[in-house]
Amino acid sequence: MKYLQEYRDPQLAQEYLREIHRITTRPWRIMEVCGGQTHSLVKNGIIEMLPEKITFIHGPGCPVCVTPRHLIDLAIYLCETAGVTLCSYGDMLRVPGGEKSLLSAKAAGADVRIVYSPLEAVKFAAEHPEKEVVFFAVGFETTAPANALSVVHAARQKLENYAILSSHVLVPPALAAILQDEECCIDGILAAGHVCTVMGFEEYFPLAAAYQVPIVVTGFEPLDLLQGILMTVRQLERGQAIVENQYARVVQKSGNIAARQAIADVFKISDRQWRGIGCIPESGLELKEAYATYDARKKYPVQMPEVNEGDTCIAGEIMKGLKKPFDCPNFGRNCKPETPLGAAMVSSEGTCAAYYHFHGDAHFSSEERSA
Amino acid sequence: MCLAIPGKVEEINMIMDGTVRMAEVNFGGILKTVSLEMLPEAVVGDYVLVHVGFAIGIVDPAEAERVFGYLAEIGELEELAPGEEEK
Amino acid sequence: MATTNGKVQLHCPVPKPETEIITLGHGSGGILTNQLLDSGVFSLFQNQYLDERHDGSVLRLNGKIAFTTDSFVISPIFFPGGNIGELAVYGTVNDLAMCGATPEFLSLGLILEEGLTMDDFRKILTAIKAAADLVGVEIVTGDTKVVERGKGDQIFINTTGIGHLHPQANISACRIRPGDKIIVNGEIASHGIAIMSVREGLAFESDIRSDTAPLHQPVLALLDAFGENIHCLRDATRGGVATVLNEITRQCPLGIDIRETDIPVQASVAGACEILGLDPLYVANEGKFLSFVAAEVAGEALALLASIPGNSQASIIGEVVATHPGQVIATSIIGGRRMVGMLPGEQLPRIC
Repeated sequence: MKYLQEYRDPQLAQEYLREIHRITTRPWRIMEVCGGQTHSLVKNGIIEMLPEKITFIHGPGCPVCVTPRHLIDLAIYLCETAGVTLCSYGDMLRVPGGEKSLLSAKAAGADVRIVYSPLEAVKFAAEHPEKEVVFFAVGFETTAPANALSVVHAARQKLENYAILSSHVLVPPALAAILQDEECCIDGILAAGHVCTVMGFEEYFPLAAAYQVPIVVTGFEPLDLLQGILMTVRQLERGQAIVENQYARVVQKSGNIAARQAIADVFKISDRQWRGIGCIPESGLELKEAYATYDARKKYPVQMPEVNEGDTCIAGEIMKGLKKPFDCPNFGRNCKPETPLGAAMVSSEGTCAAYYHFHGDAHFSSEERSA
Repeated sequence: MCLAIPGKVEEINMIMDGTVRMAEVNFGGILKTVSLEMLPEAVVGDYVLVHVGFAIGIVDPAEAERVFGYLAEIGELEELAPGEEEK
Repeated sequence: MATTNGKVQLHCPVPKPETEIITLGHGSGGILTNQLLDSGVFSLFQNQYLDERHDGSVLRLNGKIAFTTDSFVISPIFFPGGNIGELAVYGTVNDLAMCGATPEFLSLGLILEEGLTMDDFRKILTAIKAAADLVGVEIVTGDTKVVERGKGDQIFINTTGIGHLHPQANISACRIRPGDKIIVNGEIASHGIAIMSVREGLAFESDIRSDTAPLHQPVLALLDAFGENIHCLRDATRGGVATVLNEITRQCPLGIDIRETDIPVQASVAGACEILGLDPLYVANEGKFLSFVAAEVAGEALALLASIPGNSQASIIGEVVATHPGQVIATSIIGGRRMVGMLPGEQLPRIC
């Protein structure tokens, strides 16, 4: 496929790797913000090919992983008890809420449907006026305009049986929260290319300056990631801390104006709970008053009890880069992809799941033997 | 986060009484109907980045080449200012 | 009751000879059942065993036989490239083939949901008949039941198969040795993606068709030519190639190395996997199998396989190694390495 295949060229990848090895003189800790980047780093085996001095810290960039438990519980309540048809992106289905996941609710008879696009959920609502449809609108800035436009489409079609359960999160406030942490040990950041396709990267200039950290807007294919890493290490080795754009083939400085407008038209900024991290001020999106009739929380006013992540899960510290999955006593024992205790083990993007798939069995079989 | 894949716009159609532009986008042989609401400037033949059924960006063909020339680019820079790495 | 000319006439509900949909009556054992079986099933599958109309069939078998059973539930029941009918025949035929057996006899168990249209039912039976004829396997016994609407998914099929083992077949995961080459007989992931292309909420337009096909011919050809050098065979159905490889490493116990660049995937299937965020290694196939063959015959085995129609894209995707037992490691397109684990459940389309 054009614009994918050429960024997987093995020879050029080797040249990038040689250059990264050549210029790296000191230990650097780089955070890739986005779960899609984590996925690509692991899938292509890039981390193992980098100099040992470079450590990757996997950031909070999986909207599924950071969706708080009580929201999942609310989604489960809506389809199990309130009788709505819940449409969701596939990723969300396996994530456990307080007690169970949407997948187990579906197995027990709830009407849960996987959709590829929110427009499919709108279409379903239009074709089934007898059903109450709720779309679980999860996502970062990349997904927010699509979710917003689904509401606009529903409004134009005057659908009364469509609502969204908004679970939107914003990247820059989360990054600021992580960088502010006194224990933060991140030297450089690969910003998420697709979030920036929508939002641009102007928001990162003050962050790079305030925390003296290089930020490189980076794509998702192997060559993109390698170039992004090289650009970050070059800055670090020279003592620079500026914002650079590796992903210029789709990312413009101000992002996509129409997409940003769609977000601004439909959503307002709100405080937001991040699973494993806690409340981050002004890091979420809620529907504006004008669209209140499409807000599932207002349409079905139930208060779900707040549930803690659990005393044992250290996902928050892992996402902040303070700990590695191996530091967790549950990792690979009580907490596995088939029986996850925390969100980072659930999504294939989650740090713990990525570690488990790549190193998990080997690490534990040897340790278990010695125990 | 945010799986988005580039595909080629093959056809553009208007829906909802001519208010919404939708495209047939080709991804290596499969066709999906994609909203162009966020890309009013997109035309047939453009490669667009598609996320959850919406095109969110147009691929710039010139910028797309830069990743292939970057190593040579920084090599030339270093020849102009040798020893910068040691700073 | 109705009154005509002062006389009372009873209008008893006489069973209609032919209905457009399957009803509970078709499973009652009465007239409707017999009509359904006579007109739809016995006449279609006619052979000396079924003509006996007995409770079972008496077969003459000598020597080593393979025996397998499989149940088929799929939604939608009609999909690009086939339907549940041929799937039910090829699925069991392929399980026999993986044992190194020539498929000979099949049983056919049908569970129909009330409301299935006669038209669809006939289309499925016709597909079963055509598939059985293509393979040369006879359906010698069967059963039909009807369940209430809402208690099934239109139709469930179970087939059980019997076949004689190829004289040179010695197929077992225990015979896999370090150094064995792993051959796949063609492009993977088409079946799972074809099904997904017609699922509500995910649908897209493509020419992707299920790869559903019988595998006994390529398997028997390999056994004819290489006999005991064919160490193990597995069809890569649910869970795809990655799941089969993982199962093998747990059984042997050895390690497996595969190269992503050598795994054949049709371009449009690869495109669909990209947009849905799926890894083709985990997507289901219905006409793909993995052969674990002695290294010294691997080249010839590949050439033979590729010469058989429908297998031209066959490829050596990797080898068995003594290092990292229990693990499947893939070399990525750029030369990095990653572990290919088992999935916790069904692979779901993702946005992130």
